[in-house]
Amino acid sequence: MSGVRRRINVGLLTDETIGPGDWILIHVGFALSKIDESEARAALEFLEGIGQAYEDELRALQESP
Amino acid sequence: MRFVDEFRDADKARSLAARIASLCEPGRHYKFMEVCGGHTHTIYKHGIEDYLPETVQLVHGPGCPVCVMPMGRVDDAIHIASQPDVVLTSFGDMMRVPGGRGSFFDAKAAGADIRMVYSPLDALKLAQKLPDRRVVFMAIGFETTAPSTAMTLLRARQLGVENFAVFCNHVTIIPAIKAILDSPDLRLDGFLGPGHVSTVIGCRPYEFIARDHAKPLVCAGFEPLDVLQSVYMLMRQLADGRAEVENQYARVVPWAGNRRALEVIADTMELRPYFEWRGLGFISQSALRLRPEWAAFDAERIWPLPGIRVADPKACQCGEVLKGVIRPWECKVFGTACTPETPIGTCMVSSEGACAAYYNYGRFTRQRVEEAAR
Repeated sequence: MSGVRRRINVGLLTDETIGPGDWILIHVGFALSKIDESEARAALEFLEGIGQAYEDELRALQESP
Repeated sequence: MRFVDEFRDADKARSLAARIASLCEPGRHYKFMEVCGGHTHTIYKHGIEDYLPETVQLVHGPGCPVCVMPMGRVDDAIHIASQPDVVLTSFGDMMRVPGGRGSFFDAKAAGADIRMVYSPLDALKLAQKLPDRRVVFMAIGFETTAPSTAMTLLRARQLGVENFAVFCNHVTIIPAIKAILDSPDLRLDGFLGPGHVSTVIGCRPYEFIARDHAKPLVCAGFEPLDVLQSVYMLMRQLADGRAEVENQYARVVPWAGNRRALEVIADTMELRPYFEWRGLGFISQSALRLRPEWAAFDAERIWPLPGIRVADPKACQCGEVLKGVIRPWECKVFGTACTPETPIGTCMVSSEGACAAYYNYGRFTRQRVEEAAR
């Protein structure tokens, strides 16, 4: 965890398989949730899309007489 | 760090803010409550209010576990700590919370053995290391933290650790939101849902807010872009005339929550008929206690508590801050008599408290804005 090593209890993640390389949410020494990479990607794509639409609009505004 | 840095990009924040502004109806003011103290912290730390249009206001809610602890409960904990052979343990946040007769630090200075732990499992380990002492863990927190206490109890029983007990102060978020919705003081347009509580309870328990109160709720993550995107999603719902429960934080929050976490809570704890919340008063079925089968581990049954109600100091307005009725700087003692070093109220203690977050990150911005306006 940011360079700190700690033993974490994963007993609350019985519905998922976790292994090295997975990212998990930890709270007071327990893993609460496994981070869903595809959901993270979808959220970032949405944000990219919003940024793109904003830039397009700005450009259109600048180009308009 | 992955899944963190990507959600802090300033350009994307600006585009989101522009989108939010484009959804504002002229002349309309928007008030959204962020239920969770973690969001309050993010909002002030990253200056999110400065990105939002002036007509969109974020109101801080009751979701800071330390902040909602009434003073009498701190006194009860100190009562337990002063019993023979007891070592009281709790999270660092609890140490400075003022009770009717001082904080844990004061009690420690007067001779009580009170120690900070990072995890309830550390308290259990301490009990194994000190077999001649009784180690009590003061459990606080919402549904995010209750499963950890439950797992620790199961482990204590499994290992046969008999000198370990829990002083259970876990609270539940839904009754607090209900109390806010029923409060006549406040008109809200929607909610930022507590992301980490929702990893445990999921998104379904919020459906009544959309159905019965016609207000949108978006389960939100804790990075600046998460908060801004969630505000955008709320604004989008209002613009479309919808009131639904949506999940912005799907990378962490499964719609159904964490089944195992809910099971272990149910195995070890049950709802109390009522519990006193600082600022909100008594709320029925809003907190957890240990089930009778766990009496041997229940500090409240081992040492009968005085349970004396202590009124908040007159000058303290934490109650109004917790309900979102006033903002931190509107409290009479904010930043003068009440600071993080010498807090009068709980909201100034925890880093999740609105007053502490505002004191640490926000107060100078506001000053500058006021000066510029003059």
